[in-house]
Amino acid sequence: MTITSNPAEDRAADSGILSFPMDRAAGCPFDPPPRLQAQQQEKPLSRVRLWDGSTPWFVTRHADQRALLGDPRVSADATRPGYPRSAPSNGRNNISFILMDDPEHARLRRMVTGSFAVKRVQAMRPAVQKIVDDLIDGMLAGPNPVDLVQAFALPVPSLVICELLGVPYDDHDFFQRNSSALVKQSLSVEERTAAHGALLTYLDDLMGEKLAHPTDDLLSSLVTRVKDGELSRNEAAQMGVLLLLAGHETTANMIALGTVALLEHPDQLARLRDADDPKAIAAAVEELLRYLNVTHSGRRRVALEDIEVAGEVIRAGEGIVFPNEIANRDPEVFTAPDQLDLGRDARRHVAFGFGVHQCLGQPLARLELQVVYSTLYRRVPTLRLATEAEKLPYKHDGAVYGVYELPVAW
Amino acid sequence: MKVTADQIKCCGAGQCVLLAPEVFDVGVPPPLERSREWGREEDGIVVLLDEKPPEHLRAAVREAADMCPASAIAVHEDT
Repeated sequence: MTITSNPAEDRAADSGILSFPMDRAAGCPFDPPPRLQAQQQEKPLSRVRLWDGSTPWFVTRHADQRALLGDPRVSADATRPGYPRSAPSNGRNNISFILMDDPEHARLRRMVTGSFAVKRVQAMRPAVQKIVDDLIDGMLAGPNPVDLVQAFALPVPSLVICELLGVPYDDHDFFQRNSSALVKQSLSVEERTAAHGALLTYLDDLMGEKLAHPTDDLLSSLVTRVKDGELSRNEAAQMGVLLLLAGHETTANMIALGTVALLEHPDQLARLRDADDPKAIAAAVEELLRYLNVTHSGRRRVALEDIEVAGEVIRAGEGIVFPNEIANRDPEVFTAPDQLDLGRDARRHVAFGFGVHQCLGQPLARLELQVVYSTLYRRVPTLRLATEAEKLPYKHDGAVYGVYELPVAW
Repeated sequence: MKVTADQIKCCGAGQCVLLAPEVFDVGVPPPLERSREWGREEDGIVVLLDEKPPEHLRAAVREAADMCPASAIAVHEDT
């Protein structure tokens, strides 16, 4: 069975090795590329060819992904030889602890875990609700149709992360533009490095201000650690870039793409709109995380030792790619995996990854999505796409998937 | 059932607090101005509230152990 959508893939298929990443099929914007499904059934552990010609291991089954991502013999250190890079790099785009191993990773991550602790984040619910309500008020008072990405999907998580970090929201055009560039894999390494450099300088300047005038926010707490000698100023700024980027880019795409998916599945949208139980809303969020997979360029690792898995041996120094979008459609774990079913128990999804690198901000992402999904479609019951779903500009070239623009009317 | 939670392995993802809040919590950091006096290294890291959870919580505890991304939670069924 061969379903391919571009010539490069066809050539790779001829040599028996798939190219990765590959585009989602036209007309199926929510589904993983069809080839991945066949691969999961036929050869769950295989090799793929990356942009640089390297052929790391490719792990498609949910169980194997969990086992390997949770295995301390697997490294996330992008400076190690064999690490399967997603795009050319000049090694300067440090993205803090997500590309490090313990104990360095734990040392840095633990400096911020408290700020994302479940109960601390849940205490932000009234503030997040107010942000969402105010944005909807503004949207309803403005032009109709409107681009939901700019009017709502981007501002919600940007306002929330700005408040938490202590970043002035007035600078949102600047950091949204550069964050978006940093994850856009079709840009050159120079362009992405420039975007990263601009964000790094910005965060470093901001921390300089907080050194003089500390406020009650996460960046100020990092500055205190710099003063105490626990953290270098560069480490603090790198961490600031990571938190600012991860804090808005992913959630914004979940809001916009989630809205497209719900509008295309009216039965599920009705179910969500009628749900009064917070548990039903929480379950709907987990299902949309499982179904949509906005992070879709594969988690990347390199083996530190020989590891036996699924009848093969991954050798020390070999790269491994984990496409979470297909693990989240594994029929061994999820019944009728290609159906969006807001009533299912989807909690075992790997949309936030697995292992010690699993998303630090997941309680915040969950809170924002629960508030958004339980509010937007009730307050704007006539919300509809102002264009056809097939014509939307999907982010096929992004490390984070979604839509660049989402014209809606009501 | 006896539960253990390894604070060294814990990565603070918070899955266990969502699944079984009667049994697991994570430390919440102190206010900024007091941060120097408090033990900050436990911030956001698992705290076991009940090492011998009652029957009605055990299924949730097993799920928390299974879902823990850092394999920090262990469940001993016999004790």
